[in-house]
Amino acid sequence: MAAQVRVLRQRIRSAKGMKKITKAMELVATSRIAKAQARVEASLPYANAITGVLTALASNARIDHPLLTPRERVRRAGVLLVTSDRGLAGGYSSNAIRTAESLIARLKADGKEPVLYVIGRKGVGFYRFRNREIAASWTGFSEQPSFADAREVGETLIKAFSAGADDVDGQAGADGIAGVDELHIVYTEFHSLMTQTPVAKVIGPMQVEDRPRSEGLLPAYEFEPEAEALLDALLPKYINTRIYAALIESAASESASRRRAMKSATDNAEEMIEKYTREMNSARQAGITQEISEIVGGANALAASGSEV
Amino acid sequence: MAQQLHVELVAVEEKVWSGEAEMVVARTTEGELGVLPGHAPLLGQLAEPSQVRIKQAGGEQLAYDVAGGFLSVSGEGVTVLAESATPATPAR
Repeated sequence: MAAQVRVLRQRIRSAKGMKKITKAMELVATSRIAKAQARVEASLPYANAITGVLTALASNARIDHPLLTPRERVRRAGVLLVTSDRGLAGGYSSNAIRTAESLIARLKADGKEPVLYVIGRKGVGFYRFRNREIAASWTGFSEQPSFADAREVGETLIKAFSAGADDVDGQAGADGIAGVDELHIVYTEFHSLMTQTPVAKVIGPMQVEDRPRSEGLLPAYEFEPEAEALLDALLPKYINTRIYAALIESAASESASRRRAMKSATDNAEEMIEKYTREMNSARQAGITQEISEIVGGANALAASGSEV
Repeated sequence: MAQQLHVELVAVEEKVWSGEAEMVVARTTEGELGVLPGHAPLLGQLAEPSQVRIKQAGGEQLAYDVAGGFLSVSGEGVTVLAESATPATPAR
């Protein structure tokens, strides 16, 4: 009996320790969500401004840029997958990977060869373990991405995209580098604290939306330098901005997902502590009851034997 | 000076400054340029590195070191887009 109580006490102690850890992680994740959301908010003015500038440019100049023209034959398609560096975030990374896998299957069905670019240790681990080729990977910033990280990723992707311009049938062209003809991104959209959904989007070539023009004439812009040179400088920045937006949104989703996972872990630990405490108490009481009945039984036996003597 | 320019200076990670000003001076790849209220619409790429100076009413002047920047002037005002913008040492 005493042994059972000791075992239960040990279990309660370890469950309490676990609860402390998961609770702490939950609190950290909660504060990270708020931070990530503030960063999403803070990046909006720039995103809106660059969209406005591109719209102005598009409505004033003839648009003809490699980043805007779909290639006639798409042989290789780049897929950028955003996952987390650390686990314990529920299904966050595996959901993103699953979405990427279905995108890859679709690309393969269309006769395109997928080229993988992976952000986050979890995604890298997934593909390494399966011995699948990764064109490039970045790790270490999934929870708090900076624009410099996004720019690094963006530059690699744009380089691959422009290198793909002269490829012949998926083989390296004149520049000796096998590039890509399309760019996709898979990241996790943040809807609310409870819902985050992984999505796959095309980021290259970009599509120019023909939005209904606002009333009146659009102002005739002057360009410094030429419109073409401006477009050349602006489009890569725009792609970087898109990637940055995807990264910070994914970071918010990751934290939200981790918070939810840690919350349920904390709840489970609490439940376990309660269950074990009940078991321990009943074991302790059973022990006491048994001891009393043993003593009473012993005394009765003594009394009975004493009266006989 | 009755007319004022609405100026917004935005970096990728945050909005750096916004408010009313009398003049914005920046250097594009083509050369230095000052924007006063009523300037014709303009899109420009800023030189690398570049300093953007915002002259406010009352003679105060703000200066920012801007990297990877663009300048957009429209009917509503001036927008400076930057990859990064840090306050520079006050006017030389």
